[in-house]
Amino acid sequence: MSSDKEIKFPEETLELVRRMMKRYPEGKQKSALIPVLHLAQAEFDGWLSPQVMDYVASLLNIQSIEVYEVASFYSMFNLKPVGKCTIEVCRTSSCWLMGAEDVIRHIEKKLNIKTGQTTADGMFTLKGVECLGSCGTAPMLQVGAEYHENLTLEKVDSLLDNLRKEDKRKCYTDHFDPQSN
Amino acid sequence: MGKKLLLEKDHVPGIRSYEVYRKEGGYASVEKAIKSMTPEAIVEEVKKSGLRGRGGAGFPTGMKWSFLAKPPGVARYLVCNADESEPGTFKDRYLMERIPHLLIEGMITSSFALGANTSYIYIRGEYFYVARILEQAIEEAYKNGWLGKNILGSGYDLDLYVHVGAGAYICGEETALLESLEGKRGNPRIKPPFPAVAGLYGCPTVVNNVETIAAVVPIVNQGGDAYAAIGIGKSTGTKLISASGHINKPGVYEIEMGITVEDFIYSEEYCGGMKGGRKLKAVVAGGSSVPILPADLILKTANGEPRLMSYESLADGGFASGTMLGSGGFIVMDDSTSIVKNLWNFTRFYHHESCGQCSPCREGTGWMEKILHKILDGHGSMKDIDLLWDIQSKIEGKTICPLGDAAAWPVASAIRHFRKDFEEYVQNPSSIKDVHHYYRLNDLTEA
Ligand SMILES: Cc1cc2nc3c(=O)[nH]c(=O)nc-3n(C[C@H](O)[C@H](O)[C@H](O)COP(=O)(O)O)c2cc1C
Ligand code: SF4
Ligand code: FES
Repeated sequence: MSSDKEIKFPEETLELVRRMMKRYPEGKQKSALIPVLHLAQAEFDGWLSPQVMDYVASLLNIQSIEVYEVASFYSMFNLKPVGKCTIEVCRTSSCWLMGAEDVIRHIEKKLNIKTGQTTADGMFTLKGVECLGSCGTAPMLQVGAEYHENLTLEKVDSLLDNLRKEDKRKCYTDHFDPQSN
Repeated sequence: MGKKLLLEKDHVPGIRSYEVYRKEGGYASVEKAIKSMTPEAIVEEVKKSGLRGRGGAGFPTGMKWSFLAKPPGVARYLVCNADESEPGTFKDRYLMERIPHLLIEGMITSSFALGANTSYIYIRGEYFYVARILEQAIEEAYKNGWLGKNILGSGYDLDLYVHVGAGAYICGEETALLESLEGKRGNPRIKPPFPAVAGLYGCPTVVNNVETIAAVVPIVNQGGDAYAAIGIGKSTGTKLISASGHINKPGVYEIEMGITVEDFIYSEEYCGGMKGGRKLKAVVAGGSSVPILPADLILKTANGEPRLMSYESLADGGFASGTMLGSGGFIVMDDSTSIVKNLWNFTRFYHHESCGQCSPCREGTGWMEKILHKILDGHGSMKDIDLLWDIQSKIEGKTICPLGDAAAWPVASAIRHFRKDFEEYVQNPSSIKDVHHYYRLNDLTEA
């Protein structure tokens, strides 16, 4: 993230953080850590820099180290910068049986990167992830909050094209309209 | 058509909304429980129902509930396990996405039975959009007086919250889940004490799977005896099965326990047979952690009896010739499947997901992955097969949590039933077809 951007949530996010902290008993505000880290990652360019983690620690009134040890444990938290869209392809058994390898190889070729890397233009990061609970609609991938299932290579192509056209950062916390599904 | 208790209404248009759910008879169990039953009477019905935990271990739910400590003046918690990360399992997602109010209703009725005034649904972070659906349903339930203070004028208060995780299979293990809910790394706790005595924030806690909690709704509505009348033997009621792999109709099916495996795979009502008419090679019947069985042993027990979809029948023969119902993640493999490569895939998964607290699990999963990689690379020796066997036997039963066993069983069963496949790869490396070694080890740590 650019160093000149001030690390501070906008007021409405702060309000959300306060509400989240109230979900847990008095003195147990640390419970809100993971949900708040999700908000922080969405707010500050898709990853958690040490400065962002220190900020989260100050919000929850806990030590920075308590934030670092949690952020580094969970696979959804990025400790390094990522592209605008992280393409997370499930590589576990059922998806593998249904052709996940072909999907990954196809995306690598198309974006000219290896799994774990980000495209030079900062648009895409490709990640291999474990079973996302979509095994009956395999192969599948996730971008931000959205699941893309029953993939074919054509579907992957048009998804990448659309994401490029849209040119927007995708986050797990993105609004998802339940009625649209 | 088999009887359905959970998914009977899943195709009613708009069932995700409160209005439709209520019109279809929703929240009747809360009314009945709070207005006409004592908490003890509800626990009694759950005991009578014979319901067993649907998260994987199959522990009797009524018994678990009766273990809950009740020291005066100490809060008690009900935590719903919606972490659903066992490879091959996607039933909880389906239920929550389709009929979110069924889970909310079950949470209220169950919380009342346990005397919990605050309950949480811990859902895996990747299911963020499902969490939103649940939160919307919870909001509707509050608005209509099913949650909050003085529910139905009874004096009973309940707050219910959704809590998202952030990607860690181990957080499905109940004590790791509680650690995670407390805002820590998901390291399983040493037991005892069990959560029933010291769980969330050190208070007595019950952790139950989504499907278990949902099943409390028909149990309270129709009575424990009616529930127990469905199914077979100690496998009462219905079970959600997540079917995936090389079948014509993958998906979530609610089955009456006791139908045959053959019927489940081949009948039109369920999986609709093998994709492309190919031959069945193997099945992992209960999520990645349970022993894999070859076609002959999954369709029939070692005694030649038809294998049934039930806890007992799937386990018939022990690990020598049986497996487990587990989470109901039913993965079907046809004769094009490389058992060795599938095993490598599973082993890589467990290595990736080990929390790292116990050396047998942390180191053993890594070594098994490396050895399988070597075999798939065409450099394996016969000794490597024995070494794999040796390593898995030294993980099983020697770790803090059952993830160690879950990593060991797939290896043991694959070697037990498919040793020939491993030997073929060792003796004739050119037979290793369609094995791309696509994921290099450093991809895994990088990604
Ligand atoms: C490594 C591991 C992962 C688990 N994952 C889940 C899970 O995703 N969902 C679940 O309900 N139970 C899971 N369990 C089982 C839980 O520890 C616990 O037994 C279960 O939530 C109890 O609920 P039940 O009695 O309703 O089945 C897991 C266990 C282990 C050892
Ligand atoms: S068995 Fe594995 S996952 Fe479980 S506590 Fe030990 S190291 Fe962690
Ligand atoms: S194996 Fe890919 S979603 Fe389950």
